[in-house]
Amino acid sequence: MNHLQKQKTGPVIHIVKRENLSVRRQWLIRGLALTGALLSGALLILALGHNPLAVYRDMLAGALGSPTVRRETVKIAVPLLITAIGVSLAFKMRFWNIGAEGQFLMGAVAAGCFAFFMYDRMPRPVLIFVMLVAGMAGGGIYGMIPAFFKAKWGTNETLFTLMLNYIALVLVQYLQNGPWKAPKSQFPKMPMLDDRARLSKILGVHWGWVMALVLVVLFYFYLTRTKQGYEIAVTGDSIHTARYAGIPINLVIIRTMFLSGALAGLAAVFQVAGSDYTITEGTAGGVGFTAITAAWMARLNPFGMLAASVFIAILERGSNKIQTTFKIPSSASEVLTGMILFFMLGCEFFMNYKLVNSRRRRENP
Amino acid sequence: MNHTGKNVVRMTNITKTFGTSTADRNVDLELYKGEILALLGENGSGKTTLMNILAGIYFPDSGTIEVQGQEVQIRSPRDAFQLGIGMIHQHFKLVDVLTAGENIVLGLPGPLYVDRKEINRKVQELASRYGFDLEPEKKIYNMSVSEKQTVEILKALYRGADILILDEPTAVLTPQETQKLFNVLRNMKEDGKSIIIITHKLHEVLAISDRAVILRKGENAGTVDTLSTTQEELTEKMVGRAVSLAIERPQVPRGKEMLRVSELTCLGPDRGKILDRVSFSAYAGEILGIAGISGSGQKELCEAVAGLYPVSGGSILYNCQTSHGRKMENITGWPSGRIYQQGISMAFVPEDRLGMGLAPSMDMVDNVMLRSYRSTPGLFLNRKKPREISRRLIQELDIQTPGISTPVRRLSGGNVQKILLGREISNDPSVLIAAYPVRGLDIQTSYKIYHMLGEQKKKGTAVIFLGEDLDVLMELSDKILVLCDGKASKVMDPKEVSKEEIGMMMLHFGWTPRHQEVNP
Repeated sequence: MNHLQKQKTGPVIHIVKRENLSVRRQWLIRGLALTGALLSGALLILALGHNPLAVYRDMLAGALGSPTVRRETVKIAVPLLITAIGVSLAFKMRFWNIGAEGQFLMGAVAAGCFAFFMYDRMPRPVLIFVMLVAGMAGGGIYGMIPAFFKAKWGTNETLFTLMLNYIALVLVQYLQNGPWKAPKSQFPKMPMLDDRARLSKILGVHWGWVMALVLVVLFYFYLTRTKQGYEIAVTGDSIHTARYAGIPINLVIIRTMFLSGALAGLAAVFQVAGSDYTITEGTAGGVGFTAITAAWMARLNPFGMLAASVFIAILERGSNKIQTTFKIPSSASEVLTGMILFFMLGCEFFMNYKLVNSRRRRENP
Repeated sequence: MNHTGKNVVRMTNITKTFGTSTADRNVDLELYKGEILALLGENGSGKTTLMNILAGIYFPDSGTIEVQGQEVQIRSPRDAFQLGIGMIHQHFKLVDVLTAGENIVLGLPGPLYVDRKEINRKVQELASRYGFDLEPEKKIYNMSVSEKQTVEILKALYRGADILILDEPTAVLTPQETQKLFNVLRNMKEDGKSIIIITHKLHEVLAISDRAVILRKGENAGTVDTLSTTQEELTEKMVGRAVSLAIERPQVPRGKEMLRVSELTCLGPDRGKILDRVSFSAYAGEILGIAGISGSGQKELCEAVAGLYPVSGGSILYNCQTSHGRKMENITGWPSGRIYQQGISMAFVPEDRLGMGLAPSMDMVDNVMLRSYRSTPGLFLNRKKPREISRRLIQELDIQTPGISTPVRRLSGGNVQKILLGREISNDPSVLIAAYPVRGLDIQTSYKIYHMLGEQKKKGTAVIFLGEDLDVLMELSDKILVLCDGKASKVMDPKEVSKEEIGMMMLHFGWTPRHQEVNP
């Protein structure tokens, strides 16, 4: 029994859940996280042998310094934002759609069918409209496949959507190597879009940005005010409760995943017809995954996603800029972006939990 | 009562907090050798936490524990065992595919080779010493709840426990099994063991214990000698003020037949019959109580009627108001959404409140409209009426909440249940199914719920009440039915059967009391 009598103490730090954090405290935590991110980033930059202040200033200049670069930043933010809204719908339902990348590519391919081969058969407004619809249908149907299997047989959507990404990617590779290869090209790549299939610009950027802003408002109301949004929230909160309430769960899952994929497909049309003017295997370029980051940073709030997407776009542009200015290798600048995002996502933990020194608490209860 | 025997456990000034809530605050408890101590308190009064501290599962924030006169630090269940403390939890911790004997020696040091014969002999010897019925070679998955409990107790005794803690041991037992358990406990007490039994059933405290320690909201609320106390005194100490323990059973004339279930058969996940040709009717202005040991098909019965569990045979007829007057509509196999859309006002309070009855992270308004949100036209939600209903429910049912926009999971169990039951009765149901509506609630809220069920009955609702506490069930119900292994007994009048008879019927299907049954 002796060892039981030795004085031992409990763990030093306890993790305690917190509720009802005031908005001001939330922003304070976010601010602290950003400061922490910049400071740790500064260490990395110092280790690379540069002046952190100069590098950060250059990042900002590269993303926001002139109208030209601002337009480029917006071009990155638009597909990211639309895709983020898309994945957030699925996440709200606790359907782990990590297949936005594939849905994005399928949207691009579906729109490409018309953009590459039918551009001369219809008037331009009709063509653009058809491309948008095709893109949404392509992405939406691709999103419905895992939803259907989940609803019918309870398959794991995480693995399913992930695998579908690769199928979509390989399909694009096949198309650019074979049937859709530019006729005169030496390289395996698709032709550039005809001018008629390109989107017109508003304030120097394709009009997708207007659409993105409209979607933010639209889906904010969709999630909070409509019956369908309510059904998504109940299904995500507790599937048994949804069944009890008489919500047609299978329909909700399939319908929501169609919407989720359709938004990714729509984002792809803007990317292809507004920015890249062609389709390559890099068309999606990880946007489907970055969208997940944006969605969670914003806690699935569409307005928050607007801010998060612009923030991520600034980081991306900035890290491109410092690669050329300071000859910082792309891997290092990506580490820098990664660190900043890690801090911003990590601070979510401190918004939900706090650490308590249990020794001190024990002394003065 | 004579306490000249020395104390074997003495807990002083024990405090334990979880996050911001305090489970126990400066609690003292003493246990003497050879006594049965009842630890009495409502749900959330900190009794299980206190015992978990003694059993080494939690470590107290402050306070001291002495065992056999020596101060100790109990940091794990293993430490507790070394001190001779064994706890039998409410949820058993047994390996299903092993035998009783194997479970009992599991985790004990011993030679590589397991001599099952020797073990079984020792276990058998131990069992017969205290009067347990046990077959050491029986697999756990073939055992009834009470047999599993026996294994748990023997597991503690086999490890040499002198101090036994039982956490609500009778919650899952029939009256006969409870009697048997109490006899065993008395034998153990004769043998010099010290026993703590956690409970909130007052008549059990009086029946078995020598002393009772009462906790209220995590603090000591008194210690009494059982011989010199009454149920009323215990309740008053437990609740903090005097509470009437009488359940009113308003007598109203029996109305129309509202629900007729005939030959209802449902299959379980293993394709076995989980409900086997169950038949009964529920009448307006009557409470039909359904008794049965847990897992006898109660959950499936409720869910099948509510359109949430697939029916493989039989029929469910519901008395509906149609344009041509009332008629019995066959609703067998209708999903819950269709039942609601057809204007059938069946209310269902499921057993799992936050997992099925409510959306836990949504607020009260969104939960109140859970069943009715579709009834307004258009694509958009209309929260106006649900908001009004929420405010009204808070007033009428005295729901403690910071406001209608607080997520319901942050509320206490009693308030959660009030929201759920309040929503279900807010659209004037003609049938109300309430599955274990007072489970986990404090006495006052429980009586409030009983009262609400009585009120519904007076309004002419056919109430189906599934309960665990047989005393309450028999007091509240106008008719009673026993489910045993998926089969239903005849519908009986609770005034004409005894609690013991109901207990027999819960265990053995087809067992009938001597006197005649009431026709439904």
